Amino acid sequence: MRYITPLKAAEGLGASHTGTLHHWHMTVSAVALAILTPAFLMVVGNAIGLPREGVIAYFGRPYPAIVTALFIVVGMIHFIKGTRIMIDDYLDETERKVAIIFSVIFGWGVIAAAVFALAKMAFTG
Amino acid sequence: MADVNRGNNRPLSPHLQVYKLPIAAVTSILTRITGHALVAGILLLVWWLIAAVSSPGYFAFVDGILRSWFGFLVMLGSAWALWYHTLAGIRHLFYDAGKGMEIETARKSSWAIIIGSVVLTLISLILFFL
Repeated sequence: MRYITPLKAAEGLGASHTGTLHHWHMTVSAVALAILTPAFLMVVGNAIGLPREGVIAYFGRPYPAIVTALFIVVGMIHFIKGTRIMIDDYLDETERKVAIIFSVIFGWGVIAAAVFALAKMAFTG
Repeated sequence: MADVNRGNNRPLSPHLQVYKLPIAAVTSILTRITGHALVAGILLLVWWLIAAVSSPGYFAFVDGILRSWFGFLVMLGSAWALWYHTLAGIRHLFYDAGKGMEIETARKSSWAIIIGSVVLTLISLILFFL
């Protein structure tokens, strides 16, 4: 009787070293974004056209603030992981590394800017 | 065998300049293009949010751009890109489950994505923006 489990076959997780984790993250964020998309479009549609005080008061409310924050945070993480696939397809070597680094910095920069603006509207008005 | 094309200009297949893409291939590459193009709409929107918490003058400047014909085009294009990417993404979830990959089904779902994204954009425009 063999007591060795097929662990060896699962170790290393392939060329990416992360198995199907990237694909799974895209699946989870895709479902989240499919739910958030109509809500986000409605919030943005309601906000555009308001005077400055109106915009600040509107995004200071829980529902518009939470929908907008979730959409931009989840959306930009989905964007970073999505551009990674395009970069892997079209670029190599140093260009590929530079593009990946730029994409990650850019994505988190957008998240930081949006979260700061929303937090300021919510907490200081 | 590697030398068969030497000395003449016989096209290689599939040659993108002369190869007519099937509709499922067009809707597939459009998923990638819309996903990346959405960065324009998000940037304009986040810039506008930052402007709102900066100063009245700066908000007036960015709000003027957002509500100009150019800003409207970016927002309308982004709304379509968002709906397109959403519908194509949902189809991708079915593909991942091994469903809808027959040629005829993929052709039908391609048209459903194209028509559906335009219809949903017009509905959003009427309900949320006008």
